[in-house]
Amino acid sequence: MIPAAFDYARAGSVEEAVALLGLHGDDAKLLAGGHSLLPLMKLRVAAPAVLVDIGRLADLRYVRDGGDHVAIGALTRHHDLETSDLLEREVPLLRHAAGQVGDPQVRHRGTIGGSLAHADPASDLPAVVLALGGTLVAAGPGGQRSIAAAEFFRSIFESALAPDEVLTEVRLPKVGAQPWAFEKFSRRAQDWAIVGVAAQRNNGTTGVALVNMGPTPVRAADAEAALAQGASAADAAAVADRGTDPPADLNASADYRRHLARVLVARALARMTG
Amino acid sequence: MRISLTVNGVAEEADVEPRLLLVHFLRERLGLTGTNVGCDSTSCGACTVLLDGESVKSCTVLTVQADGTEVATIEGVSAGDGALNPLQAAFQRHHGLQCGYCTPGMVMAATSLLRENPHPTEEEVRVGLEGNLCRCTGYQGIVDAVLETAAGGSR
Repeated sequence: MIPAAFDYARAGSVEEAVALLGLHGDDAKLLAGGHSLLPLMKLRVAAPAVLVDIGRLADLRYVRDGGDHVAIGALTRHHDLETSDLLEREVPLLRHAAGQVGDPQVRHRGTIGGSLAHADPASDLPAVVLALGGTLVAAGPGGQRSIAAAEFFRSIFESALAPDEVLTEVRLPKVGAQPWAFEKFSRRAQDWAIVGVAAQRNNGTTGVALVNMGPTPVRAADAEAALAQGASAADAAAVADRGTDPPADLNASADYRRHLARVLVARALARMTG
Repeated sequence: MRISLTVNGVAEEADVEPRLLLVHFLRERLGLTGTNVGCDSTSCGACTVLLDGESVKSCTVLTVQADGTEVATIEGVSAGDGALNPLQAAFQRHHGLQCGYCTPGMVMAATSLLRENPHPTEEEVRVGLEGNLCRCTGYQGIVDAVLETAAGGSR
């Protein structure tokens, strides 16, 4: 399978990438690691006229201590995340989940920024960032702005980024050694989750986000509310699928996904209290 | 687009279309047909090569993305005198292949795995090779070959 022809432009800086996006508008797509975009282009589901390659912007590849948060450059690869000592201390949920993405070859190329900007509800890291209550930083022609993870994911493959904005950084709260869990159910190694759960306790509240339970990664809001009101883990898990809109596909019916969400949230919460 | 890169230690320059996949560049432009195309969809790992020392699936890398990098393929792992490198020899000894189609990718993925984790457990080898599929179900021999190589000799 060979992608449709496109023009290729290599950005030497974030500013240059923003300018190139402004020049080409909706016809352009950013290329980072390419592990979400290139498969779609090979299937010709996506056929951008211009690829703006930001994969060489090494100054966007970092995991660093931002004081009250951990700052992660958008071009940080999954392999960097799964081997990060800082994440092991401050955000172990992300470190663990990054090691569950795809397979080693995919993790050598795929980036956190690419995974988030791609906004695939079946991907792991969007739900992780949502459960953590992260903040995303984007650069555009007017400068930088911050977007809460809860506001970032709009629909399948659609984020809050404008066509001329570049996601530059992800900021996550330092949750340290507080309980967390990540549950991913799939039938084969390296597959996307049929349903996944990311959960994080932080200063008395518990964030629970679901993978592949709707057109965006979604918080299990009723389960979170139940926990906040002192419900047991079992009672909270029993309402984990409320308010979701799971898809039906070859892997699972919508009802089966709802069942999985309840079971996996129960497992996650048990792991966090066990 | 004009690119230059190193493949198995040899400097190469070429004019390539931006959409040319790295695996097609290696096979069709350089004649390095040891790297196979299997699923062509980032799943099976038959096209695995090393990019700056790390395993990648070359069906999902544009050649222009490899501009300026060092690429290593199965053709470059032995010393060039026809002798097998220790990992290849271990694959042979343990019958780590049947039809052989997955083997170049397995060897390159295992090479990357052992660089990152020189002394893996059996579980770490199995998980570390999850990006490579063998349709002949030859995993046991493959895992044995990688473990023996990590241990530095026969087992």
